[in-house]
Amino acid sequence: MELLKKLCLANGTSGEEENIRDIIIEEVKDYVDEYKTDPLGNLICVKKGTGGGKKIMYAAHMDEIGVIVTVIDDKGFLRFSNIGGINPYNMVHRKVRFKNGTVGVVSFDADTKMGELNLSKMFIDIGAKSKEEAEKYVQIGDSASLVSEFVDLNNHVSCKAMDDRAGCYCLIEAVKKNLRTENDIYYVFTTQEELGLRGATTAGFNVDPDFAIAIDVTRTGDIPEAKRMAVMMDNGVCIKIKDDGIISHPYVVNYMKECAKKDNIKYQLEVLEGGRTDSGAIHLTRSGVKAGVISIPSRYIHSPSETVSKKDLEECIKLIVATEKYQFKEAF
Amino acid sequence: MLLKELTALAGVSGCEDEVRDFILEKIKDLKTDEVICDSMGNIIVHKKGKGPKVMVAAHMDEVGFLISQITNEGYLKFKTVGGIDSAVLVSKRVLIGKDKIPGVLGMKAVHLQQGQARNNKANIKDLYIDIGAKSKEEAEGKVKLGDFAVFDSDYVEFGHGKIKAKALDDRVGCAILLEILKEDYDCDLYVAFTTQEEVGTRGAIIAANRVNADFALVIEGTTCSDIHPAKEHQKVSFHDRGPVITIMDGSAIMDKEVVGRLMDVAKRQDIKYQLKRTTAGGTDAGSIQRSNGGVKVGVIAVPCRYIHSPSSVASKFDISECLRLARAFLKSFN
Amino acid sequence: MDTNALLEKLNEPYGLSGYEEEIQKVVESLFSEYCAGVSTDKLGNVIGFIPCGKEGAKKVMIEAHMDEIGMVVAKINDDGTLLASPIGGIDLKILPAAEVIVHGKEKLYGVVGAKPPHLIDKNKSEARSMDDLAIDIGFSKQEAEKLVNVGDRITFKSGYTKLLSNNAASRCHDDRAGIASLILAAEYLKRLKCDFDIYLCATVQEEVGLRGAKTLAYKLNPDLAISVDVCHGTTPDASDGTFPLGKGPVITIGPNTHRKLTNKLIDIAKAEKIDFQIDVDGGNTGTNAWAIQVAREGIPCILISIPLRYMHTTVETLNTQDVEKTGKLISLFLNKIEGEDICF
Repeated sequence: MELLKKLCLANGTSGEEENIRDIIIEEVKDYVDEYKTDPLGNLICVKKGTGGGKKIMYAAHMDEIGVIVTVIDDKGFLRFSNIGGINPYNMVHRKVRFKNGTVGVVSFDADTKMGELNLSKMFIDIGAKSKEEAEKYVQIGDSASLVSEFVDLNNHVSCKAMDDRAGCYCLIEAVKKNLRTENDIYYVFTTQEELGLRGATTAGFNVDPDFAIAIDVTRTGDIPEAKRMAVMMDNGVCIKIKDDGIISHPYVVNYMKECAKKDNIKYQLEVLEGGRTDSGAIHLTRSGVKAGVISIPSRYIHSPSETVSKKDLEECIKLIVATEKYQFKEAF
Repeated sequence: MLLKELTALAGVSGCEDEVRDFILEKIKDLKTDEVICDSMGNIIVHKKGKGPKVMVAAHMDEVGFLISQITNEGYLKFKTVGGIDSAVLVSKRVLIGKDKIPGVLGMKAVHLQQGQARNNKANIKDLYIDIGAKSKEEAEGKVKLGDFAVFDSDYVEFGHGKIKAKALDDRVGCAILLEILKEDYDCDLYVAFTTQEEVGTRGAIIAANRVNADFALVIEGTTCSDIHPAKEHQKVSFHDRGPVITIMDGSAIMDKEVVGRLMDVAKRQDIKYQLKRTTAGGTDAGSIQRSNGGVKVGVIAVPCRYIHSPSSVASKFDISECLRLARAFLKSFN
Repeated sequence: MDTNALLEKLNEPYGLSGYEEEIQKVVESLFSEYCAGVSTDKLGNVIGFIPCGKEGAKKVMIEAHMDEIGMVVAKINDDGTLLASPIGGIDLKILPAAEVIVHGKEKLYGVVGAKPPHLIDKNKSEARSMDDLAIDIGFSKQEAEKLVNVGDRITFKSGYTKLLSNNAASRCHDDRAGIASLILAAEYLKRLKCDFDIYLCATVQEEVGLRGAKTLAYKLNPDLAISVDVCHGTTPDASDGTFPLGKGPVITIGPNTHRKLTNKLIDIAKAEKIDFQIDVDGGNTGTNAWAIQVAREGIPCILISIPLRYMHTTVETLNTQDVEKTGKLISLFLNKIEGEDICF
């Protein structure tokens, strides 16, 4: 969990993923044959196959949601826009931290009716007395991440950026199993997922894989009054059937199910509405890629308290490893 | 049981001919003492007996449509007959008139619906039937004003002993009555297949006046909402718990002696039953109860999910238990 | 084959977006009668190849999508009913009392629940939600779980109804009618000279975002693409931007389609006396042509649509003669134009 904690607490809003990339390179460099960073900042790590195999791509995104400063007013308050999907109500009286360590409190215009809150009525207060003073710390275009602590909730852990550092964590742990098969395996840590799967779009084109699996968080249907979603925390890793970006290829779904059964991995099937992930871009690359998604059940996504289950994380790592191990042979 | 055949027939209130002809044909082979067709089209079958005069009734009619206008473009406007929720109409098929001209209930495509209209329920007055006619003249060659239309929905068996069909309300009652007629009873039995129940239990008024019974039992299809998203208190009856015995509905407070006798025979013969958990709705029992000097009435009913829709669903178990209860009730008079 | 019979045959198999294998097989066998070879790509697009035998012939892709809208199981309720998640743009108004097939361990029949009278608030025009539309498959939760999994497909039950004046209603004329017109075009082309290598394509996943066409256009990289889809037919409640049935195929003019070739198509339709209608579309046509146009270095697109009433319902209604005219128009177009016509 120390690695997960480190990954979550590091800041890396979309387009500013370098901190995360550095941590990951440190963790995986001894286990892969080569790694490179592409023009969009994707970290592409390759484990060469023994020959005659397929090209398999795994993807987890490094970026997290955040805010970006658009205006610094005369009083020193910062107006901001969103990076990725931000619910204004999740931001009220939260703190955000800029790359240089400056912290601000998020609040809203005094005349705002709570039912009508939106980001244009909100500001960041960094304690500056004037525009001039504020500009010493923050510039227009600076981005900031939510401030959050990493907490252990018995069965669960909670922090900001669990979306998708939890996926990065699982993929790193899988890399460390140091499996070598006949397949060429591309472990890709992508950028700008929260802005529309942008890193994965070009990474997918560059890698041009035979099969692709993204690892990301998904929602659950197990909090009070939740609607039509069967996924539950602690009920195992998810094999995605569909989301707004992809209908997982039936071959990949069946393959993952078989892998889970062989290795006794606890899994559940996931139907997600209103969300998408890297595979959505990868499967439409070039002349098409058979792709699927391994998801980690998560509560309170895009908040400072994104929560996942420790057990589900273990099952997720096991499933990634199993999909490597059984090598996508047509025998399934 | 002839449920499949019965539900395939068209019998919108006032146009019950197909159902009536079918039933009369089936009755020919049964042992009866007298068969009467009255002025409203009710069929009354008498099987003489020494005991009290008992009437059992089920209605032949179903909810449906009457064609009220043929537009200049050749589409058909319609009036609903009986309680039909507009929610079940969009994207359904209908058959019009004796020649069963197929038509569809279309609606402006979802892509073309603006804003709130996407969420709103369809308005019956905005709906129309499309028979593919390219002109008013072509449509008029096939359809006349006043022609009836029924849902085009076949009989399907599925799930755990379930039946889907249109008009289960109340062909299920008609099918049970035809079974009842196959056996003999001590009571002086009148079996009535009534008309125009769905527009105010009207056929039963004159049938009851003619029979002048001591007791009457109405066999119905009743509302059932035992599944999601109904809340517990909204579940007015349940599948697979046997026939529903009504204590009170909008048309009548049932006779205590009849209700007691129903429960009593059910218990003695180990027939599953349930009590109706709402007082909404009405049946022929109301008309019969207040006929002549008053009749002791009761209602037993088969729970039908999605009643008054093209796809109502009943359980075979409930139907057979309902038949058992009706027979046991009739045999309890001697 | 009579057009009605062809349409009925194409409407029968299921092919929910992402799970097109059933319709795929039928299309493969129909295409194989006209093609030198039929193949299926990674995402399931079916490609039939009709070579003209000339060296250096230009490639023409003619496509229609074979997927259909529907749902997948999102959750099994405690009472054994199912809640579903939509695939493609479903009008929730068509759901109450609709008949469906749940593709579980076996094909299961189901009915979408409708509110009983005592729960209907007559004064309220309530918004519907997929959360309230339970699918009744007649089983308890215990039984249902043995037969159904989360993610299993749900399609609308099939049904083909012939109406008056060559009209017919069915579950997924969108866009099986397009596939039918492709087959009719191939049939006409048998007897016509054509200097192009033709790729007859049935694409997947159109209803969820033109996905199959995007990768297929990349793969084939044709010199010209002709998309056949449906457009809204005129009904009493929809006159604006709709097209009457039986008045011929609709040709789209706009930024999505290649102006010069579209004009050529119109000229040919006029010369050959084939009825047609014109749709002017200022931007995204919402059809596969939108994805195909920007594949690789760009592909000139032609878009022909068949007017369809009640799109995305189970009673999608079209005129079979419009389908025939579409096939005929495509074949005559390919017969009349020359390779050098395909240029900017």
